[in-house]
Amino acid sequence: MSAATGPAVSPGASAGVQTQQPLLEVRNLKMHFTVADGLLVRNKAARIKAVDDVSFTIARGETLGLVGESGCGKTTTGRCILHLEKPTSGDIIFEGQNLTKLSRKALNEKRERMQVIFQDPYSSLNPRMKVGSIIGEPMKVHGIYPNEKERDQRVAQLLSVCGLNPKFMDRYPHEMSGGQRQRVGIARALSLNPDFIVCDEAVSALDVSIQAQVINLLENLREQFNLSYLFIAHDLSVVHHLCHRVAVMYLGRLVELADSDELFSNPLHPYTQALLEAVPIPDPDVEKQRAHRVMKGEIPSPINPPSGCVFHPRCPLAVDSCRQEVPELRELKPGHRVACPRV
Amino acid sequence: MTDTRALLEVENLYTQFDTSAGIVRAVDGVSYTVKEGETVGIVGESGCGKSVNAMSILRLIPDPPGRIAGGSIRFAGRNLLAMSEAEIREVRGGQIGMVFQEPMTSLNPVLTIGLQLCETMELHLKLSPEQAQARAVELLGMVGISEPERRLQQYPHHLSGGMRQRVMIALALSCKPKLIIADEPTTALDVTIQAQILELMKDLSNRLGVALVVITHNLGVVARYADRVYVMYAGKIVESGSAQDIYHRPSHPYTLGLLRSVPRMDRPRGERLIPIDGHPPDLTREIHGCAYRPRCSFAVERCAKEVPRIEELTPGHASACFEKTRLEPLLEKAS
Repeated sequence: MSAATGPAVSPGASAGVQTQQPLLEVRNLKMHFTVADGLLVRNKAARIKAVDDVSFTIARGETLGLVGESGCGKTTTGRCILHLEKPTSGDIIFEGQNLTKLSRKALNEKRERMQVIFQDPYSSLNPRMKVGSIIGEPMKVHGIYPNEKERDQRVAQLLSVCGLNPKFMDRYPHEMSGGQRQRVGIARALSLNPDFIVCDEAVSALDVSIQAQVINLLENLREQFNLSYLFIAHDLSVVHHLCHRVAVMYLGRLVELADSDELFSNPLHPYTQALLEAVPIPDPDVEKQRAHRVMKGEIPSPINPPSGCVFHPRCPLAVDSCRQEVPELRELKPGHRVACPRV
Repeated sequence: MTDTRALLEVENLYTQFDTSAGIVRAVDGVSYTVKEGETVGIVGESGCGKSVNAMSILRLIPDPPGRIAGGSIRFAGRNLLAMSEAEIREVRGGQIGMVFQEPMTSLNPVLTIGLQLCETMELHLKLSPEQAQARAVELLGMVGISEPERRLQQYPHHLSGGMRQRVMIALALSCKPKLIIADEPTTALDVTIQAQILELMKDLSNRLGVALVVITHNLGVVARYADRVYVMYAGKIVESGSAQDIYHRPSHPYTLGLLRSVPRMDRPRGERLIPIDGHPPDLTREIHGCAYRPRCSFAVERCAKEVPRIEELTPGHASACFEKTRLEPLLEKAS
């Protein structure tokens, strides 16, 4: 992958790739929280820009990875898309309809089409419900398969699709291992035949051997049901493996977005570069040849983020102007967007 | 590399816990050595006994319900298991330092950083308060904490996770140990902070000649830092060797399975992972034969009856598998 010094790519060369309307479009999404202090008299102390002007699209059947370190706003972005959090501003357009403008009833109907898989298979399943009811509950709520017998059949089918024995229906979550519970979480997400699933650190809590099983399951399901995923994770190796395109977030802002192979072989933003260098590769020979440069400093507090480019205090390329100007995300190559004026 | 004396020798260690479900054989006949100044990685998945193994070395197993049921642990020529409580306390935090996963829970939240650092040194190194204070400042500087004097006045909650882990490392180094045991030292940290901490630990252990035992589930971390590797499964060491041996010539089906299960960032996308089927065994049940057999694609009849002993294939590279030679042709094909 040589640097982009070749003949200039004509604008519009990438047109035609995405003639289809995207399944999901996030436009200028902002989610600002107000933090209060004081015990008796609550004072509005500060505003946290958890998500600040984030835009991206997801096509049907595509997996978009959303990566970044803790507190970068990746989970909040997922929650805003699902409307578990009402965004401060911005548009979320799902199957052609702007979710932020829908009535409650219309929104609930759309919600059927989008589901979520959480990180912790221990706390995301109700310990007092049997697996059968956990998976059947969404169908009950949305009035699909109102007949109990049909519903049970559907639950059994979902369990086997997710690689579990249908007899697990009568078990409680505590009788299952972490990997099995995560499969229950996946079966529940599939129960309403969604088009789109937010996977929020869906494999992070699992051991490697079990994690690989669940990764393969997620890939098979995507192909089988033509699903789209927003795959939120901090493990970059997993993201590279699973995702078609990857977006990198830092302190609430999108800093880079590109095809997975392109991003991992040719990262342009200094933060992405540092992030990739920090990930150890399970091969001692490869590791010996890598430069182990370590990025200085820590992620600043989102309560008082740096001015201009939020990354400038840690950035090796930073110049004076980075302290004042917030960099725009610009397209350097077809499909490869970077928020850094210095690359 | 010139000094290859064994610093820590663990032989046939058994650690068990009494639970309502029966006896859990968390560490089941484990033997290994750590030489002076080297970095040893112990890898395995949750519940394989890697942490209990580390706790056993320092005799930190709560008794009851736990107990060290057999074996010997020799550190610098002395048997740690035969020591009195007073003697082991001198080794703990003195000659052997510890870094745990949770920097929030392993520091005392109601004591200042300075007090925790100084107390240890006054106790182990018999320093005066002034000397301890001076050395604490020096240590914090060494682990890359800015304004050390001010930090000494602060409490753990004032610091970020990465900073707390730096304090833990300073604490582990404070009494000039010969060995540091780090149990998942970076698992709770973000990847850029993880890289900072690991680089710091490696650098300090090289400079100060401290041997390092890194216990982790992360195969990448081990590949980057360890000279030698032990792979644990169901309370036993199933393979040991140099990092080269383990990653390029794995001779136990479990090691091979682990390596094939992890997605690799440096390989092009598109290949499916080859996961290990099934899940780890329940350690409260008695296991007949090889514990990995139910998940193993190489298993033969013998594996159900006999427990394979760990045997050397080449000097320094050992595997506990009857069928270890069958893995070789497969590897050549893979590379």
